[in-house]
Amino acid sequence: MSTQIQADRGDRKPPVKASKKRKSPGRELWNPIRNNIRSYAMFIALIGIFLFFGIRTNGLFLSPRNISDLVNQTGYVAVLAMGMTLILIIRHIDLSVGYVAGFLGAVAAILLRDGWPVYSVIPVVLLLGMAIGLYQGFLVAKVGVPAFVTTLAGMFMFRGLLSLITAGSGTIIVRNEAFKAVSNGFIPDIPNSSGIHLLTMIIGALLAVLMVTSQFRSRKTAISYQFEVSSSTLFILKNLILSIAILGVAFVLAKYKGIPWTILIVSVVLFLYYYLLNKTRLGRYIYGIGGNAEAAELSGVNVQNVTLFCFASVSLMAALGGILYTSRLASAAPQAGLGFEMDAIASSYIGGVSVSGGVGKVTNTIIGSLVIMSLTNGMNLMGIDISYQYIVKGIIFILAVAFDVKTKKQA
Amino acid sequence: MSDYLLEMENITKEFPGVKALDQVNIQVKPGEIHCLVGENGAGKSTLMKVLSGVYPYGTYDGTIFLDGRKRQFRSIADSEAAGIAIIYQELALIPELSVYENIYFGHEIMKGRKVDWEQTIVQAVKMLKKVRLDVNPSARVRDLSVGKQQLIEIAKALSKNVRLLVLDEPTAALNEDDSRNLLNLLRQLKKQGITSILISHKLKEIQSVADTVTILRDGRTICTLEAAAGQISEQEMIRNMVGREIKNIFPERKRKSIGDVCLEVKNWTVFDPASRREILHHVNFHVRKGEIVGLAGLMGAGRTELALSIFGNTPGYKRTSGVMLLNGKPVHFKHPRDALKAGMAYVTEDRKRNGLILIQDVKYNITLSNLDKLIRGITINQSEEVRTARDYQESLRIKTPSLLQATNHLSGGNQQKVSVAKCLFVEPDILILDEPTRGIDVGAKTEIHTIMNDLVEQGMSIIMISSELPEVLGMSDRIYIMADGVITGELKAEEATEQRVMALSTMGEEEAIK
Repeated sequence: MSTQIQADRGDRKPPVKASKKRKSPGRELWNPIRNNIRSYAMFIALIGIFLFFGIRTNGLFLSPRNISDLVNQTGYVAVLAMGMTLILIIRHIDLSVGYVAGFLGAVAAILLRDGWPVYSVIPVVLLLGMAIGLYQGFLVAKVGVPAFVTTLAGMFMFRGLLSLITAGSGTIIVRNEAFKAVSNGFIPDIPNSSGIHLLTMIIGALLAVLMVTSQFRSRKTAISYQFEVSSSTLFILKNLILSIAILGVAFVLAKYKGIPWTILIVSVVLFLYYYLLNKTRLGRYIYGIGGNAEAAELSGVNVQNVTLFCFASVSLMAALGGILYTSRLASAAPQAGLGFEMDAIASSYIGGVSVSGGVGKVTNTIIGSLVIMSLTNGMNLMGIDISYQYIVKGIIFILAVAFDVKTKKQA
Repeated sequence: MSDYLLEMENITKEFPGVKALDQVNIQVKPGEIHCLVGENGAGKSTLMKVLSGVYPYGTYDGTIFLDGRKRQFRSIADSEAAGIAIIYQELALIPELSVYENIYFGHEIMKGRKVDWEQTIVQAVKMLKKVRLDVNPSARVRDLSVGKQQLIEIAKALSKNVRLLVLDEPTAALNEDDSRNLLNLLRQLKKQGITSILISHKLKEIQSVADTVTILRDGRTICTLEAAAGQISEQEMIRNMVGREIKNIFPERKRKSIGDVCLEVKNWTVFDPASRREILHHVNFHVRKGEIVGLAGLMGAGRTELALSIFGNTPGYKRTSGVMLLNGKPVHFKHPRDALKAGMAYVTEDRKRNGLILIQDVKYNITLSNLDKLIRGITINQSEEVRTARDYQESLRIKTPSLLQATNHLSGGNQQKVSVAKCLFVEPDILILDEPTRGIDVGAKTEIHTIMNDLVEQGMSIIMISSELPEVLGMSDRIYIMADGVITGELKAEEATEQRVMALSTMGEEEAIK
């Protein structure tokens, strides 16, 4: 409690509310949970899903091998969903990401088949993605065609392009080992005889330390600005749980083959988007446009250019998703990309992006994509028919959004 | 039987914190044209919403009599059934449908379970004749001018067997010919026994058409004037519209040091593609350094449009003529960003609609317009940001539990201060304040006025758009008055009176050009 008191000793008086709250420790724990019920609900749902599948599959779902698989499977949806999150924050939508991913994945496979080296295939495909995004963004931002229509047309076109370039060959097999490793490989280990992946454990431990110190640092700054912060008990509890979670995941991965490259890629993308949204001017503008585009425009924000950026970014992510997916399956199929946009949009909304725009976090979108992909993975393990899988995902999706809308109305 | 078609007795309507109507009385005789006059916010529209059932029975106090019988309208359908039709400024037609479909929209002529289109067209033609409108009934409404659309609205009302027609500022968007035509139609309808209530700001047209005028001010009935008694003159109306005692005293400015002309707008004409009409006509005005220039006028006079058009043409306006000189140099702003960069800032009229990002916090909103100043490399410097926000929080005395509080939880006055802080952070030379004290309490009003005085003392120039006459008179060094998209006059603070400003505000466009 010492920090809290110190904060209160500042020059300015703290709001009356704060002192009232401190009277009951029970309420102090409950209040922040109630206020953030939306993000806690998501974690609770994820844990619930893990436990449910863990029990129904006799532990198979929670086995190190399956968790490692799950992470690799989630990769492409996670990057698509992060791109989509920006689009949804500014109150647009992109329906084309699935077939853009499918098409560009096939382009990558063809280039590799034709003997292009990996290090040039990947940048070329990513650039193609960006170009597609600029084209769609131009139509939405500058011409004023609604995003729904623009990207629906994109869905048609890229689906057609995908079947066109795979028409002769059917499914294109990728034989390039380096490319396959992107979504199937693991980081190398340092030599040791422990039987588990030591480097993974070290990275896990470092990550936990890094997270805790950065949490402490930002709490300290918040206090120095005299912002209201959660109590130290709650803060320590939260950090403890997070550290255990990180170390737990690291341990499970280490028992199998270590950290997949996919995690590394997703982490880099997550960091970039997180930084963009929270630390840069562009990030502010994105939230501003979502909150009130007219006010943002009058505040000097160039709404058209920011919209253009968001579309370029989501298609870039579609390209990356296409690479991850093609690498994962080591092949590009004519029907690849089917329904990706549904998973990406659902992940964002389950991750707490507001349906009325202006609100959303990429970190939570990752959790949302884990929810969606553990449902897929778990139901696959249980041998549930794909038709039922869609129905179940639809139900979870609409429940999450309805809950979101409802809790917001009460607030 | 009562002598009146409609009597509204002691109508009181309260909103949280405001009494919009306070014991209002109005009596309308059958077959007359009754005009309802008052400043913005006098309560005219609220009164008509009570009459039409938009504010249903039970949400207001007082009684409505129609034909001497007590009525309790719970919805618009109720009042329409009783023969009352209200035509608002924003027309309620469906642009993509034809004229005849629009006239019978919502009360279709049926043949069994199907719409009888033949009969609909036959009847629509009759209604069009009644309003003396010569258009093809199959024409799409969107292809017709605003004046014609208005007549279609009236035709629609007539098709419902209306007895009392209420028109809310029908001529505001019309040109002189269309206006005259509309007023003639009202006289015509009067002969056929249809009673009208006309809300208007244009005193000349009221004078020409009214049998009776009821004047409202601050939610009360001030007086009723009768044409038969020869009472309806412009002077008489203006005297009763204003004449309120000045409640709040305006803070004194310590020293006035008015410098050179810093902004000059010449021959400014602007066309609005959305409404397909010219909204500003050959506007000329200038602003000096260290001066508060008041921009007075009534709603729809074109003041906000003028502000927006010089601040970067935001709603897609097209400037068809004119130049703007900033410190003697011609400038052309394509986007609000250009205007902000050049040292002009604009505090919007409606902070909730387009002023603040309400779901974001105080700190975010204050810094949004000038983040460049807080950028180190590519990152926003958080401590600088907090310091900035805190400085403005203190200097403008923004009451908020935290800088992290979402602005939708603040009171109106504090929201307004955040809007002002946001513009001040741009460090503008010219600050445009659009209705700076609308909807905020008296204490916050005085604070805003004090802030304005401080700013001009420091050499800033302020353009203040205000519909509150005492505010315009109390704060401005010089006043421009607008009506119908033209500047109808310019007054120095010393020579301005409520009467003179109101007289200039209620001029029609043609009078003004003369």
